[in-house]
Amino acid sequence: MVTAIADKRQKAALASAQLVAGDKRYKILQTTMKRHQNQSDALIEVLHKAQELFGYLDTPQLRFVAQGLRIPPSRVYGVATFYHFFQLKPKGKHSCVVCMGTACYVKGADKVLAGVEEQAGIKSGETTPDNQVSVLTARCIGACGIAPAVVYDGTVTPRQGVADARKQIKEWMSHGS
Amino acid sequence: MDLSELTQIKERELAARKKYTLRCCMAAGCVSSNSEAVKQELEKAVVEAGLQDQVEVRGVGCMRLCCEGPLVQADPSGMLFEQVDPEAAKSIIQTLKGGKAKARVGDANAPFFKKQKSIVLANSGIVDPERIESYIAADGYHALYHVLREMERSEVVEEIVASGLRGRGGAGFPTGLKWGTVAKSAGSRKFVVCNADEGDPGAFMDRSVLESDPHSVLEGMAIAAYAVGAEQGFIYVRAEYPLAIERLKNAIKQAKAKGLLGAGIFESPFNFTVDIRIGAGAFVCGEETALMMSIEGRRGTPRPRPPFPAESGLWGCPTLINNVETFANVAPIIRNGAQWFAGIGTEKSKGTKVFALAGKIQNTGLIEVPMGTPLRTIVEEMGGGAPDGGRIKAVQTGGPSGGCIPADSLDTPVDYESLGKLGSIMGSGGMIVMDQTTNMVDVARFFMEFCMDESCGKCIPCRAGTVQMHHLLTKIMEGKGTARDLQKLEELCDMVRSTSLCGLGQTAPNPTLSTLRFFRHEYEQRLQPDTFGPRGNGKPARATPSA
Repeated sequence: MVTAIADKRQKAALASAQLVAGDKRYKILQTTMKRHQNQSDALIEVLHKAQELFGYLDTPQLRFVAQGLRIPPSRVYGVATFYHFFQLKPKGKHSCVVCMGTACYVKGADKVLAGVEEQAGIKSGETTPDNQVSVLTARCIGACGIAPAVVYDGTVTPRQGVADARKQIKEWMSHGS
Repeated sequence: MDLSELTQIKERELAARKKYTLRCCMAAGCVSSNSEAVKQELEKAVVEAGLQDQVEVRGVGCMRLCCEGPLVQADPSGMLFEQVDPEAAKSIIQTLKGGKAKARVGDANAPFFKKQKSIVLANSGIVDPERIESYIAADGYHALYHVLREMERSEVVEEIVASGLRGRGGAGFPTGLKWGTVAKSAGSRKFVVCNADEGDPGAFMDRSVLESDPHSVLEGMAIAAYAVGAEQGFIYVRAEYPLAIERLKNAIKQAKAKGLLGAGIFESPFNFTVDIRIGAGAFVCGEETALMMSIEGRRGTPRPRPPFPAESGLWGCPTLINNVETFANVAPIIRNGAQWFAGIGTEKSKGTKVFALAGKIQNTGLIEVPMGTPLRTIVEEMGGGAPDGGRIKAVQTGGPSGGCIPADSLDTPVDYESLGKLGSIMGSGGMIVMDQTTNMVDVARFFMEFCMDESCGKCIPCRAGTVQMHHLLTKIMEGKGTARDLQKLEELCDMVRSTSLCGLGQTAPNPTLSTLRFFRHEYEQRLQPDTFGPRGNGKPARATPSA
């Protein structure tokens, strides 16, 4: 029994070492964990870094983090799925985040979102089949003074109407084809 | 670092001031309206005009009138330029010499500005948030020096108690009492946590304070840490606020370099370090026990209290958790004295409160007013009422935990007790104005959907109750509900409120209850005739067909 566990651990360590050797991003992730002294309470920070490096969190990365911080993979998976910020699926080339905070909502963010969804042909939280555009919603980005706000590829854009948002999506989608 | 060095920095900074200053708003709202380009163009225009010796272009924090951004204000004239285009930069420089600007000139004496009283936002829009010297020139870190070198720990707590400061995160718990409890708790390790997980949709006060004046929060935390005997602090910020995180990191770095954070601050035996922890988009993490779980790197699920964090918090150690705005109030209280602070506001709610004014209103932005200011003053005089000739129908405070205050109660003074009586809460300070086009059932459904999505799933009343309430609200909204559904909804509201584990569930029914209280007719209009009908004895009808 004891040897079986030790054997498993050894295998996991070996797998991690291979990842580090094969991909520079794992090396960076490993350094991040070392900087936090491989403490398990740095899990969220480490996952932030992993998402920044890889764009999303896939099983190999989650296993790698679990191994590095010496915690069960179930805990890593539990945390990664609990927080909305962590994505377990790849995102499209462009992202359109419609703020659905109260201020944006009373100023018609629901209509903007409906327009975006129709234009892209997908629902929020999904990515177009050609991987060009991901449509997402945010709880509130704190840009209530300039509502309704939409974040295109990380740039907060103020006072967006349905037509503005549709135009941007159309532009992105036509570039992809 | 000692007092003479601090004074030196201040004097050097003041001596370097030029004849004219152009303050350019660099908070998130204006940045997204391209204020960075405006600042660059202004700097270029100053060089072109050869006025480098006379004009300083300073990037500052939030200048409050977010809807008119990017904003630029000139000193000493006080002229305010709104919706500034980068191309208008040159003409703004010319106004210093009496020229005419090609930008809209705003009224800096409008009620929106004049009715404000600044304590928390005193430096916002004045100091450069990216330079610690700018904060020191505004008497920054002087309160920390005074506390560390001239006051006992217990005296600091007493000062905060005497000021009557209450928690600005929503519940309004007396801050001094909390500090006293943590200070008395036994334990060699203690922590100070700043809750900057501003999750309420429609609230952006904490974001603005962190972006505009991060050092005031750090100073407040250091004072708190000294008072309770902690050496380690955490700031838990939402990942949605990248600019605030960047400015905080920068501020911590500068404070460390100046010896205002770290070991032996002001040559006293006091050590204090601050780390930033970045949230990952879970609303429930604004709840203190869930927040601590998240700092420990776990799923952000709350736990029952007691034990309160003041006794057993992070890693089981006594932990002081306060909101951003609460910490930002600390240094001004120490600097000006508890009596000064206690003289502002109402009998039970002291000081000022920052509100984020948004929604269907002319002037959206940040305001800071003394406690007890009537809502009408805020939304009609300062906010300028509803745009396009609309009529204000209700004001929503407290986000998904608060309620809607109808237009005929606008004379209510804004303080913890008065809002509570109306079934709403002060909350962290989001204030969303709604006009006649807003459907109140839809608003209730919107907030219920929010709570449903954000429920962490730990306790059943919240996990299952919010889903059922959302289902009923949707049914009523679509005109398919009956009187029995409405009755069921009210029963569920009561059940979820009294049996949920944490604040999220306990307050989730608030928006529904308050709209039911003031706008019941909007629900009733949508009801279908009830085929079964209540029996008039207050009990739900039995499900037997009447025919």
